[in-house]
Amino acid sequence: MEIGLNHYLMLGGLIFTIGVFGIFLNRKNVIIILMSIELMLLAVNINFVTFSSFMGDMAGQVFAMFILTVAAAEAAIGLAILVVFFRSKGSIAVEDISGMKG
Amino acid sequence: MIISTLAFYLFASILVLSALMVITARNPVHSVLFLILAFFNTAGLFVLLGAEFIAMILVIVYVGAVAVLFLFVVMMLDISFSDLRKGAMQYVPIGLLLGGVLLAELFALYSAWQFAPQVEMNRAAPIVEGVSNTESLGALLYTEYVFAFQIAGLILLVSMIGAIVLSLRTRGGVRKQKVADQFSRTVEDSMEIKKVNSGSGA
Repeated sequence: MEIGLNHYLMLGGLIFTIGVFGIFLNRKNVIIILMSIELMLLAVNINFVTFSSFMGDMAGQVFAMFILTVAAAEAAIGLAILVVFFRSKGSIAVEDISGMKG
Repeated sequence: MIISTLAFYLFASILVLSALMVITARNPVHSVLFLILAFFNTAGLFVLLGAEFIAMILVIVYVGAVAVLFLFVVMMLDISFSDLRKGAMQYVPIGLLLGGVLLAELFALYSAWQFAPQVEMNRAAPIVEGVSNTESLGALLYTEYVFAFQIAGLILLVSMIGAIVLSLRTRGGVRKQKVADQFSRTVEDSMEIKKVNSGSGA
């Protein structure tokens, strides 16, 4: 069977849905939530590269690279915030984050 | 052709399984390792699609930087992860509902997707035959998208400075050299000459 555009798009959709479901499943653990966000960005990248390849348009791969950049920056900042939060509160549970002060 | 079909199904099935393991694994270290496996399989899919440069960048950036950063943080923070699991099942039904609806919508959309006949006219940067993927990506990135490229560099700079500023802390009780203070000391600040009468002590 020929692997077409739809196969790759459905794979991207499936990975995105797994990322969304991961946020619900691990709603107390910020680290796993960040990993779920990485999965969702990966699904978006799969869609970009798929369209780029099947349309014969290079611009999609350029944008996939920009998404990669933003994902790396987001992970660095998110984990830095997590480390600071853990130092001040001693836990990383989501419900403890509701108090913004100190 | 049969090889590429088999390779697609191999990469795709391992990708989906490892993505599921990322969100269900009990130990976060296992989650990070499965995330790395997912990234590797996505890189394989990108090679199948003919995007070699993005595939290699994915391995270098995601596996080399992001996943290792996650691994560092998971191992550095001393957290009891079993406490974080308690009561987590409460939101699974609504998560399944939302995820199922999203998945059904995406599948309904994607399964019927096909290009319009005049889509060739809408290409922003058509892939030229005979030019390698890296070369055409570089030729595009440094000419047409050069401002976006600069902004991407700025985002990385901001995130680097932000991460350093956030996680820097000054500890009390640490003795270290203060060169400017040490050089600006004068004799008057640090020494005093007392007149001592002989026989009476200081």
